[in-house]
Amino acid sequence: MADHTPPGRTPLAIAGIALTIAIVAPLLVSTYAKNDPELWGIPFFFWYQFLLVLVSVVLTSFAYWLVIGHERRRRAGAGLPTDQDGGSR
Amino acid sequence: MNDVDPVALTVFLFFFLLVTVMGFLASRWRKVGTLDTLDEWGLGGRSFGTFIAWFLIGGDIYTAYTFIAVPATLYAGSVTGFFAVPYTIILYPIIFIFLPRLWSVSHRRSYVTPADFVQGRFDSKTLALAIAFTGILATLPYIALQLVGIQAVLDVIGLGGGDDAGWLRKDLPLFVAFALLAAYTYSSGLRAPALIAFVKDTLIYLVIIVAVIYLPTQLGGWSGIFDSAEKAFSSFNTENADAIAAGEASGKGLIPGLGVSQWAYASLSLGSALALFMYPHSVTAVLSTKNRNIIRRNAALLPAYSFLLGLLALLGIAAIAAGIRVKNPQLAIPQLFEQEFSPWFAGIAFAAIAIGAFVPAAIMSIAAANLWTRNIYKAYINPDATDAQESKQSKLASLLVKFGALIFVLVLPKDFAINLQLLGGIWILQTMPAIVIGLYTRWLHRYALLAGWAVGMLWGTIAAYNKPVVGDPGSHFGGSVGPLEVFGIQISENLIYFGITALVLNLLVAVIGTVVCRVFDIGAGTDETRPADYLADAGDPQVADELDAIKTPKY
Repeated sequence: MADHTPPGRTPLAIAGIALTIAIVAPLLVSTYAKNDPELWGIPFFFWYQFLLVLVSVVLTSFAYWLVIGHERRRRAGAGLPTDQDGGSR
Repeated sequence: MNDVDPVALTVFLFFFLLVTVMGFLASRWRKVGTLDTLDEWGLGGRSFGTFIAWFLIGGDIYTAYTFIAVPATLYAGSVTGFFAVPYTIILYPIIFIFLPRLWSVSHRRSYVTPADFVQGRFDSKTLALAIAFTGILATLPYIALQLVGIQAVLDVIGLGGGDDAGWLRKDLPLFVAFALLAAYTYSSGLRAPALIAFVKDTLIYLVIIVAVIYLPTQLGGWSGIFDSAEKAFSSFNTENADAIAAGEASGKGLIPGLGVSQWAYASLSLGSALALFMYPHSVTAVLSTKNRNIIRRNAALLPAYSFLLGLLALLGIAAIAAGIRVKNPQLAIPQLFEQEFSPWFAGIAFAAIAIGAFVPAAIMSIAAANLWTRNIYKAYINPDATDAQESKQSKLASLLVKFGALIFVLVLPKDFAINLQLLGGIWILQTMPAIVIGLYTRWLHRYALLAGWAVGMLWGTIAAYNKPVVGDPGSHFGGSVGPLEVFGIQISENLIYFGITALVLNLLVAVIGTVVCRVFDIGAGTDETRPADYLADAGDPQVADELDAIKTPKY
């Protein structure tokens, strides 16, 4: 790893945990493969997975925010350009 | 069922002709150089901004897979059918983690394909060839899935002739559509799907929004829809109790009730998610983004697509409530649209599905063709190929790839189109140890990776081949999950996606092989990448803004 500069890696670890939750939760099928409680007549199995989509958006956005902040500090510390979107339309 | 509705047919043909003309004219759109170079043809001159790239990535997601294959499995009462939703949920965190590293190393070292990366990282032409070959092979059934989707629409609109029509009348419209697709991809390259994507996405969003909002209100709301589906499934299970017990038919249901099918559900989701971003066409799309954070930002925003995908999947259940009775479950959604929409809107919906299958089919065949030219033709056959020769090779390869896909359509069982995509997944997953683990460590030995790949490919292919269609013993490629059984020894009753089992075997062989290679001190080759390459971003020294398909390979 080229992380010689020491902006703490804690944000990365937290981002990793958020992403891991987003990956593992949908794989634990036995936790949601059931009919009740229904929501507006929709079995739990289905509406819960729609809810997971939204939770995943929140978790991934949170991880994005953490990682971008960390990367900006790392790059500033290493003397690299920090303007990530330089030149994009 | 095959009465041609003149209004629906006219609207459908109008849009179909529109995109065909656009496809041919695309070669003049935003033209930079001549199409005789691979760069121009295969990467669209790379002058696409973020916005167009976003449309292209969307094109990868809403395909015949979402419109036809996934709803069809739910319609047919497969309890694992809804796995497409968890699949697309876990896909984005996975992309978020792995792909920025691939972006960085590719832009620092000018890699255009995963095979380029593997060559540079592991210094093995054979391993790179295996990766390239797998990418092309795995793309074939995925394109085949798109063709099945087009076929379903043509059938329902009355152009296909249905099951009882003769061979020629049944398949001719598909061949015509296929020939048009092949012709304009050949002449316009990536510009054709990129330009058509605008029409496609507008139509698709329109149809999706109308379908998921309007249809449930016509069918007694979602609660009414689930009630009638449950009734239909349980009466089916009662009537066919004997056949189900004897294994001649599958029981139907909504929710994977037993641990056995829950394993199938989870392993299908995980396997598909790991597979998707290793397909050549996804890698092309990802590498075409401007900097590594665009990938992460998209990963955070794209799950919105999963929400619509889930609602579309549920239309398969809505079709049951609407009283749709079709033998071929792939026809359920087109049939539902024909029955519930007014003819002109049905025409738009059919056009959306058909064009939604065309665009990804074109993009996939181009990506596979680039792989052929770059990592096989140029690496092995003609290292000194001129630009014009390369472009010619890619064009021809894109035709051959489509014919290969057509063979999959005609030969494999079509009971569930989704199996086509899952078959491709079994193969592409076997490239994961070299590509994904290779992004982090070079610990695995190149020859051990090759051995693992071979074992995974072989085991996965045999397992899929030996899986009969339910109720048809002795048939092949009838499914993608099975009890965990390795070379005749049953380990568990739980149903596992073959791709995942094959991947585990692959990894085992790779790890053991690495230890063996180390013991015998077999050369591991030279790594041309540097640790800093994996963190580089746009604007850094030596980072290519745009990748050049031509200059890099130095085999």
